[in-house]
Amino acid sequence: MNVVTPVAQVLVVAGGSPLLVGVMRQVRARLEGRAGPGVGQPWRDLRKLLRKEPITPRGTSEVFRLAPLVLAATTLVAAAASPFLATTSALDPIADLFAVVAVLTLGAVVLALAGLDTGTAFGGMGASREMTITALVEPTLLMATFALSVRVGSTNLGAITTATLHDPGRVLSPVSLLAVVALAVAVIAETGRLPVDNPSTHLELTMVHEAMILEYAGPDLALVEWASAMRLTVFLGLLATLFAPFGIAVTASPSALALAAAAFALKVTVLGVALAVAEVFLAKLRLFRVPELLAGSFLLGLLAVAASFFLA
Amino acid sequence: MTDTGYTQLLDLACGAFLLSGVLVLARRGLAGVIRVFTAQGVALAALTIVIAVHERSAEWGVAAVGIVALRAVALPMMLRRALADQRDAEARPLVNIPASLLAAAALTLLAYVASQPLVHLAPSTATHAIPIGVAMVLIGLFALTTRRRAVSQVVGFLVVDNGITAVGVLTLASVPLVVELGIALDVLFAVLVLQILATRMREAFGDTDLDELRELRD
Repeated sequence: MNVVTPVAQVLVVAGGSPLLVGVMRQVRARLEGRAGPGVGQPWRDLRKLLRKEPITPRGTSEVFRLAPLVLAATTLVAAAASPFLATTSALDPIADLFAVVAVLTLGAVVLALAGLDTGTAFGGMGASREMTITALVEPTLLMATFALSVRVGSTNLGAITTATLHDPGRVLSPVSLLAVVALAVAVIAETGRLPVDNPSTHLELTMVHEAMILEYAGPDLALVEWASAMRLTVFLGLLATLFAPFGIAVTASPSALALAAAAFALKVTVLGVALAVAEVFLAKLRLFRVPELLAGSFLLGLLAVAASFFLA
Repeated sequence: MTDTGYTQLLDLACGAFLLSGVLVLARRGLAGVIRVFTAQGVALAALTIVIAVHERSAEWGVAAVGIVALRAVALPMMLRRALADQRDAEARPLVNIPASLLAAAALTLLAYVASQPLVHLAPSTATHAIPIGVAMVLIGLFALTTRRRAVSQVVGFLVVDNGITAVGVLTLASVPLVVELGIALDVLFAVLVLQILATRMREAFGDTDLDELRELRD
């Protein structure tokens, strides 16, 4: 049983994700002509929030209190199961495409329920918007990864990654090119980045994710923020692992794992910086135009699946 | 060219062809539609060149040059001229964009199912991609029927023609060059006539929205 890999993955994702958010904010700040708070600021924010007294709004139920825990737990499970560092791990049987997407969706749904539970206008609005987007994103996510699994004949993420590692030429086929664009749009929508949602706004008309977590404070807020950062890392990591699985270890030796961790950090950072740079030049899309974007990405996913049959 | 290299390049060109055809439905601005159509012409030419190199056939090479000249240069230029004074015009389709994208997805699957017998006649790398050409014919027809502006309807018509040419190229049927030339000339004349018609319509009514031409006026 190789339990080292899942543990290492959880440690890398949990420790590195606030740093990734810090790097992305710093890049945006520099490009916008600000000095920026530094890469470590998200960790400092988390430390500050964790020291505060836990407090929940009057009239909220257990759903509100459990949501941050479930969100963090589901994200950690996805981080442990996905083949980020090595293709063989103890969790390989559950590293299934559908299982990982379902686990990640569970986190999103629980957070939306918590938004509804507060009974405030903002919470309900945020939850309803989030569910609209999630319902449109989920098919795209499944479709795009399904397109990759058709050629491998398995929906196991480890198997898909291994196949791509053995035959790097696959990455340049139309199937993967269509799938990567579809998946990138889905990831941007799912993690609430521009142009679907603005992660740095508290303007009532534009909030989606922030509106749901408006009532959280103290350690609960810290947990939600941390879990959001991890979700971003997991999604970017999935994107990097499925389409550029270079540097992923095939054995579980410590040196190979360390090398894989460095490669993973590099790939995710490159993706994150690219996303941050793109965000500087993008305006948020009108909410009514978002389905258009997502329908487009679903179509790309479907074409990727179709192409894997056409161009066999 | 090695066999795997040929397969990959062919697949890549087909993918670009399919993607640009679908983007014709996704774009809102008419100028953007024409740009995407140009890209499709380039993709089709690339497809022909890949096949020409693989078959070592000069005839296909000539056909590729003709495709570039007509579909990537001449036709887009004429369309742009027809657009001239309404650069920021929007397509205003009868079916909204998300629905037409989903329709395009359904049409692609339909094309795949419908062209299976064709593929089974002579299975090869090129014939496997026939559904893409058929899908383009269907998507072009869809654009032709659901768009209001004269220019976007012309683009729909040209996408249908691109699809027909793609099927011709992919089946490797040795269509005599003379017949190809005749068809190309036909398309050119059709677009010329449509362009003149669109210009006259705009002069007379100030718009090319065909839905507003339903009643007779003095």
